[in-house]
Amino acid sequence: MDKMEHLDLYRQMVIIRRVEERAAELYQQGKIGGFLHLYIGQEAVSTGLISARRPEDPVITAYRDHGVAINCGISAKEVVAELLGKATGCSGGKGGSMHMADVTKNYWGGHAIVGAHLPIASGLALADAYNKTSGVTICMFGDGASNIGYFHEALNLSKVWNLPVLWVCENNQYGMGTAVERASAVSEMIQKASGYGMKGVRINGMDLMEVRETAEKMMAEIRAGSGPQFLEIMTYRFRGHSMGDPERYRKADEVHQWQENDPIGIHRKYLLDHQIATEEELNQQDDLAEKEVQEAVEFAESSPEPAAEELFKHIYVEE
Amino acid sequence: MTEMTLIEAIRQAMDEEMARDPNVFIVGEDVGIRGGVFRATVGLFDKYGADRVIDSPLAELSIVGVGIGAALYGMKPICEIQFSDFIYPAYNQIISEAAKMCYRSNGEWTVPMVIRAPYGGGIGGGLYHSQSPEAMFAQVPGLKVVIPSNPYDAKGLLKSAVRDPNPVIFFEPKKGYRLIKGEVPEGEFTVPIGPARISRAGTDVSVFAYGMMHYYALQAAEKVAAEGISVEVVDLRTLYPVDRETILASVQRTGKALIVHEANLTGGYGAEVAATIAEGAFTDLDAPVRRLCGPDVPGVPFSHPLQDWFMPNPEKISSAIRELARY
Ligand SMILES: Cc1ncc(C[n+]2csc(CCOP(=O)(O)OP(=O)(O)O)c2C)c(N)n1
Ligand SMILES: [Mg+2]
Repeated sequence: MDKMEHLDLYRQMVIIRRVEERAAELYQQGKIGGFLHLYIGQEAVSTGLISARRPEDPVITAYRDHGVAINCGISAKEVVAELLGKATGCSGGKGGSMHMADVTKNYWGGHAIVGAHLPIASGLALADAYNKTSGVTICMFGDGASNIGYFHEALNLSKVWNLPVLWVCENNQYGMGTAVERASAVSEMIQKASGYGMKGVRINGMDLMEVRETAEKMMAEIRAGSGPQFLEIMTYRFRGHSMGDPERYRKADEVHQWQENDPIGIHRKYLLDHQIATEEELNQQDDLAEKEVQEAVEFAESSPEPAAEELFKHIYVEE
Repeated sequence: MTEMTLIEAIRQAMDEEMARDPNVFIVGEDVGIRGGVFRATVGLFDKYGADRVIDSPLAELSIVGVGIGAALYGMKPICEIQFSDFIYPAYNQIISEAAKMCYRSNGEWTVPMVIRAPYGGGIGGGLYHSQSPEAMFAQVPGLKVVIPSNPYDAKGLLKSAVRDPNPVIFFEPKKGYRLIKGEVPEGEFTVPIGPARISRAGTDVSVFAYGMMHYYALQAAEKVAAEGISVEVVDLRTLYPVDRETILASVQRTGKALIVHEANLTGGYGAEVAATIAEGAFTDLDAPVRRLCGPDVPGVPFSHPLQDWFMPNPEKISSAIRELARY
């Protein structure tokens, strides 16, 4: 990685953090409705992972998707506008927080029905295998999703058909209010992968470099024909499951301990320790991120609402 | 009498039924320690323990599947599906298993199970947290489908559902959980599954609705009453089996029928009500039957204005009533 890329990835993480903080404010002001799931604490996961991707690799994820959207190249403007349900959002305001998508970025979106996108990921990968193209599908999901049938069918099928998929479990140790041990027969998700004969690797998701390097290696192996592999990334969401979560199911101490492990702080320290960037250069990136997000919020707030007739558009393909 | 919200009435019904019958238990995602995402089961975990208020893995198919198995074996499960939008992974279990057990065994197997699921839009939930799938269940013999519109009925109907020897799908209007309040008497009572209820008597137009739309229909009726239009409001309450008698009797009185639901129009529950009227009260009609429903689009969009355009509301219902009254 050259210096430019290092700074770029650092800035992406900061942009995600700022977008999420502003989203929380906008939610509290009643400007974002419905349900809002923040990615704060998990920024290194998607940033490291998506940095290992080539444009031909489809990406698909669950509803905690604002960060992934940004990493895939959707602008902060379009993300925040979508959060506000504006016409200028990446899904024209129809999707909202959980359903960001942009086909031009080969980003197949956020999905709100837990686990439902895993078989779809197998289908994306089937299309690549069928056409003998080089794409490797990256499919992200939570630990909770590993308990629903979709997960097991999708893993099994991808292995039997030798599909080019990297299954990425973001193990943030809770599915809503339920700790992994209370919902899953095994607490290491890679054990589930091994049940389907799949290579599994379990890594620390608070460290961007570890995520990036592991993902690069696994993607290369899959691209070379290894068949599907499984990457379990240990992480933690610093905030509640969604806005308004009373968080009775975990102790404040535990949360604080993880918050000390801030992925942005860890990466900042890495860049300084390895003399890749100076304090000044990183502060500059912080400022750039701040500015970009401020502009995004202004853009979103001043954007128009979708027009009434949008309600009836795109039910079927328009010919 | 105590005034309470819809969700309090639902919680009280479960509490009383659990106290009454040790075979009643609750299973669902985060129903225990967290007390449910809508807080319907708050306090029950502390009161009845982890064996009777069971946190399940994220697996709807299995929540319903274990409900069926336990019910066959004499238990009385209350299965919570967190949002009705998540019920489809369990659809096969409900349609092919629960609904057919009694029939296929010539009456030997029974499935005394309740599936509770919050439904409906208007809360900014977007496509996957706003659905109203009742019509997909209300055409399945072997199931009973219930949707309460007020705290009294919610409590009484849920208690009946728990005691019913058949599988009951109990859809709850989530927008009304805290919005809809009403008097609920102390102590034991039930509301029978089956009969609809005339919630407001009138002579000019009959409005048929359930759940949240019934709440809005009453508001609309009140509004147009000031303009001299007398509306009879019928709360359908039980969608399946259908209370055809009450529907027909109302149309016989008013000669005009408006059916309101937020699920989309085509193939919706309103089609069954309209067909019932066409078959049984044709000569009583003074105007074509009118349906005011969600539009035929794949889901409730996220954006606020788009959601508002999707949802029926008291204003839209009032104008539909006026048009019918003028006819
Ligand atoms: C089929 C289905 N069941 C239940 C839900 C409700 N729900 C949304 S997120 C969630 C927990 C998912 O946990 P996990 O997969 O670990 O993802 P995380 O929120 O931790 O990112 C639940 C139960 C849903 N959206 N879809
Ligand atoms: Mg999780």
